[in-house]
Amino acid sequence: MKKEITFTLNNEKVIVEVDPKWTLLYLLREVFEMTGTKEGCGYGECGACTVIIDGQAVNSCLYPVMEAEGRQIVTIEGLMTKEGDLDPLQKAFVDEGAVQCGFCIPGMIMSSKALLDEKEKPTEDEIKECIEGNLCRCTGYVKIVDAIKTVADRR
Amino acid sequence: MKGYEYHKPQTVKEAIDLMEGLENAKYIAGGTDVMVLIRQKKLAPARLISLRNIGDLNYMETEGGLRIGSAVTYNTIAKNDFVQRRYSALADAVKKVGSLQIRNVATMGGNICNAAPSADTACPLLVLDASVIIAGKTGEREMSLDDFFLGPNKVALEKGEILKGFTMPAFGENTGSAYFKHTRRQAMDLPMLGVAARVTIDIGGSEVGCKDAFCTVDSISNILKRLEDENLVCEDVRIAMGVVAPRPIRARKAEEALKGKVISEKLFEEIGEIAASESQPRDSIRGEAWYRRDMVKVLTKRAILKAVDRVIRPDDTIWPDRLW
Repeated sequence: MKKEITFTLNNEKVIVEVDPKWTLLYLLREVFEMTGTKEGCGYGECGACTVIIDGQAVNSCLYPVMEAEGRQIVTIEGLMTKEGDLDPLQKAFVDEGAVQCGFCIPGMIMSSKALLDEKEKPTEDEIKECIEGNLCRCTGYVKIVDAIKTVADRR
Repeated sequence: MKGYEYHKPQTVKEAIDLMEGLENAKYIAGGTDVMVLIRQKKLAPARLISLRNIGDLNYMETEGGLRIGSAVTYNTIAKNDFVQRRYSALADAVKKVGSLQIRNVATMGGNICNAAPSADTACPLLVLDASVIIAGKTGEREMSLDDFFLGPNKVALEKGEILKGFTMPAFGENTGSAYFKHTRRQAMDLPMLGVAARVTIDIGGSEVGCKDAFCTVDSISNILKRLEDENLVCEDVRIAMGVVAPRPIRARKAEEALKGKVISEKLFEEIGEIAASESQPRDSIRGEAWYRRDMVKVLTKRAILKAVDRVIRPDDTIWPDRLW
């Protein structure tokens, strides 16, 4: 049985019909066709599906879609400006060579975006803590941490 | 996947009434366990009743003790300065659960109601003398957390009842606590062993503390040696262990052996031995029994030492942690 919910997705108000058994991830990928958010494990272990809900990084694969009602949700698609420019964080990932196969990167960026929105100058420990729930199986963590650090340092 | 209906009650009473009238319904809070179980097809509820939007479960009061609602997320607790200082063991535990994404939604109530032997917040709550408040059809009741755990994945909740929150007494400046979780990796791992300790030291009105220049860098062992002739007596102590029994347990014999004694590192070692003899770990995928028993000795000593450290050096220099 479908239900209608309203929430803010990447700064736009959306009204959508959902099945209560869906997860937020399913809604994003299959209905909105925003496939930037990835599904890795589906059990909340890998962090590839990370989105920002009300300013906090959350695993969208464990998030019941009905809880999205009335919330502010930002996905990786929401970081680009209207003119098509990348977010400074995305640019830093490109410049630092932090991207290998790329599957974990949307999650990595959303996790670190939530941290950078909250803290002006995060320490290295805080940076590592914020991506502790994001697995990169190319194991390229050093450059990912570097990329986040350059954004923080430039501020 | 079979579907389910999703209910979002706004009050505790509404949730209990819903549960009463519905069949095959399940409460869901942060969903970090329930959603995984549904996906693994270990759980197939026809209805989920969300506790996330109930204001009455989302409180945190710090006057005259600590009262935390069951739907408060880990991250909210971890960020709280008062909890870090006065209920350090709890802060230690909530900071180490899962990952940041998990801590942003997972709740302490869910952790306790699942009653896994490895529940991270169980040991700290046990040493902090927590009691639980249970809301049911006929009203509220309170019981100690120790009585609340019945066995693996079993708690003293009747059908429809909701764990409303936790209450902990106030502790003075002479009380410190700590929790150690032994894992193979830092994030996203269940403990192979967890030990929490709370120590209240009798300082007899005098000011205890390390006053010389080395106090911020020196190890607690050395500081204890220098404070030896002050005869610091352990007034009260609690030790709790996780994953070594079907449910999180208190090491009562070890507590008895430490209470009223003059503290020293050597004594803590003996306490560790006693705690290990009280544990009944088993072999599992995360570790073998002999190893776990050995680690109980190590972690019990460390947890007590760190709790004492937090009394002697309550200043900011021990946040974040020294190497332990």
